[in-house]
Amino acid sequence: MELFWYIAIAVVLTMFFILDGYDFGTGIIHLFFAKEEKDKEVITKAAGLFWDSNEVWLVAAGGMLFMAFPTFYASVFSGFYLPLILVLWLIIFRAIGLELRGQFKFQMWKDIWDASFGVSSLLLALFFGIALGNIVRGVNLGGVEKGISEYEAHYFFLPLWDSSFSPLSKTPGVIDWFTIIIGIISVVALTIHGANWIILKTNSTINNKLKGVILRLNIVLAALTIFSLIVWKIINPNSFDNFIQKPYLMVFPIIYLTGLIGLFFIKKLKKDVYAFTLSTLLILGGITSSLASLFPVLLPSVNTVNEPLTIYNTAATEYGLSVALNWGIIGFILLFVYMIIQKRLMGGKIDTMDYGH
Amino acid sequence: MEDMLFYDRLQFAFTITFHYIFPQLTMGLSLLIVFFKGKYLRNNIEKYNDAAKFFMKIFAINFTMGVVTGIPMEFQFGTNWAKFSELTGSVIGQTLAMEGMFSFFLESSFLALFIFGEKLMGQKLHFLTGFLVFLGSWASGWFILATNAWMQHPVGYEILDNGKFVLENFSALFSNPWLIPAFLHNQLASVVTSSFVVASIGAFYVLRNKQTEYGKLFLKTGVIFGLISSLLVAFPTGDWNAKNVAKYQPASFAAMEGIFETEEAGAEIVLIGQPNMVEKKLDNKIAVPNILSFLTYQEWDRQIPGMDHFKKEELPDNIPALYYSYHIMVGLGTIFIGVMFLSAFFLWRKKLYTLKPLLWTIMFLVPFPYIANLTGWYTAELGRQPYLVYGLLRTTEGISPTVSSGNTLFTLLGFVALYMLLGLLFLVLVGKTINEGPKHQTH
Repeated sequence: MELFWYIAIAVVLTMFFILDGYDFGTGIIHLFFAKEEKDKEVITKAAGLFWDSNEVWLVAAGGMLFMAFPTFYASVFSGFYLPLILVLWLIIFRAIGLELRGQFKFQMWKDIWDASFGVSSLLLALFFGIALGNIVRGVNLGGVEKGISEYEAHYFFLPLWDSSFSPLSKTPGVIDWFTIIIGIISVVALTIHGANWIILKTNSTINNKLKGVILRLNIVLAALTIFSLIVWKIINPNSFDNFIQKPYLMVFPIIYLTGLIGLFFIKKLKKDVYAFTLSTLLILGGITSSLASLFPVLLPSVNTVNEPLTIYNTAATEYGLSVALNWGIIGFILLFVYMIIQKRLMGGKIDTMDYGH
Repeated sequence: MEDMLFYDRLQFAFTITFHYIFPQLTMGLSLLIVFFKGKYLRNNIEKYNDAAKFFMKIFAINFTMGVVTGIPMEFQFGTNWAKFSELTGSVIGQTLAMEGMFSFFLESSFLALFIFGEKLMGQKLHFLTGFLVFLGSWASGWFILATNAWMQHPVGYEILDNGKFVLENFSALFSNPWLIPAFLHNQLASVVTSSFVVASIGAFYVLRNKQTEYGKLFLKTGVIFGLISSLLVAFPTGDWNAKNVAKYQPASFAAMEGIFETEEAGAEIVLIGQPNMVEKKLDNKIAVPNILSFLTYQEWDRQIPGMDHFKKEELPDNIPALYYSYHIMVGLGTIFIGVMFLSAFFLWRKKLYTLKPLLWTIMFLVPFPYIANLTGWYTAELGRQPYLVYGLLRTTEGISPTVSSGNTLFTLLGFVALYMLLGLLFLVLVGKTINEGPKHQTH
């Protein structure tokens, strides 16, 4: 039952990064590449029409985590206190940027909210990557100092950074050079994804240029991926054990690789939707591979005093988890039905869509 | 430890207060939008459709604010109240997760469709999307109230040796005797707020003599919905809730009613007075004898335990704030009934649209239902103190063990600054939308 909810939450969280991920990427492209007002407007719309229904996946993931793994929820949310609150603030700036730009016609107003949307999207992509980096690296559970836990074994508190900025430190912070690398990977991958979304949903004048951008970013991404894997192996020599012991888990890295390799052929693809699918695979594979490498651990411990948090030692009781299955399955079906209805009704290019005002 | 608790509570109180400005409008307003759209489907008069679309614009601004201020609420359970989340997550995680899955999704997906899809879908489907938005927002209220009802009056749980609450009976969460009265009271109160908003915008249009056709329609609809909902908020739902407090939280009942000493026979109802916590009495008190006993138990001489009856540890920790919240809510509720009754009378006599003093009153009354809704919630939440889960888990035991007060103060200040900005932008946008009015076309 723990396994079911683990997979369910992983699916919802991955959906969030795929869906809201293109909004972040759209924001980054908007920040660096959109120059003309016409492009800016349509690119903002490509994110603006969808951000709130994409963000609900985050809310659902939070709620499900709270219900199924309350100890993990409590530990991680209080332990990553500052970065999480910063993410909340950035989410606010992202949303108001998108919602406010069209409200007044003068350029200064639009510039302010464009910046709000663009910069917060960039930082959100970075922060979510850093968060993933923290999860795979692990934290000092129990706040161990000199072999003694300061808190209960499953609690911790992370400073934003440790003076060494090193993932090998005994008390690593949120930001170190390893988590920064993962953060940059996240920014690059989501930028590619966002660019594909713009190409798919708009007729903006920069669409052709964006294909070149994707190609160049993809080279960077490939290099960073290889680099991060080497670094990861150094930080945690056991990081690939899961894939060796359970070879079927290799399907996740293969999904990632398919996306990565496929995107090198972006200029040859017949339909824009193929490219978008490839970057979707990239994100899907990236997140699931990271989770699979840890499984059944949810959060590793960097000390030897306290056990890592796993899906088993943080879960709610059997009754709660199985009763939630009843409504969970209905909920899941509804989530996907809503999403499909909405995406179909709002399908096609945004510039040519009739809004019916 | 003391300031940690203080800052955690202050941050939650501040963020939830600001958040609840928005959903209390959207829940009620969605009902009125469904009404306008439904009317248009039947009578085909264009102004009803315009009204539905106009208020959906107002709805959308409020919804965005509600979403961005709502996510911090969900996160704060974990960030600031980790111990509470750890201990109770198996129970209230159920209702909170259902809120995210069933209602929030419904609301946000179909809101976009309502706003952008009218031509695409045709009128009947457009009505349906509006109805689904309404359903989503009320379902959201239902699940949040179910969560709160469990904290007020815990049911269907078991406590393990390690102090964790685990779920024992899922359906008990929804048959909680606290839930239905609280849900109805809360939803009707949100209809009161939105009726006042609709009527107030109507009064504004009539008074400034622009878009008066819409003004009259809004006034009429707002006043009718406002009168019905203000009455229902007081009776039976308000009455029902007060009885629940008397039954399940007698110490809070004594504190909110301002009864310091238990009286031999029936208890008096306090209308005015200031709690004096040093001398344990009310200053400048005006009270009517025996009424409270009658209202609560329909017996004039029924004894109601006063605060002297309870140990200090069982009483709410801020009695004056609780007392004032409750009395402000009740006082304002009474004023709403009066104003709406008067307005409905003049509407019936066909004099409302020209009766300027009353129109001005309706227009300027608009902040007060918000205050009444918020003080109602303060009554519920301050009344639950000193517990998070009534009688079982104290507020001091719920905070995050690893987050220092300095960090919480930092984020609290950040929230204050950011929400001031949000509030300002919100007012500008709503003001602009109202100023343009329903006839304005955006292209």
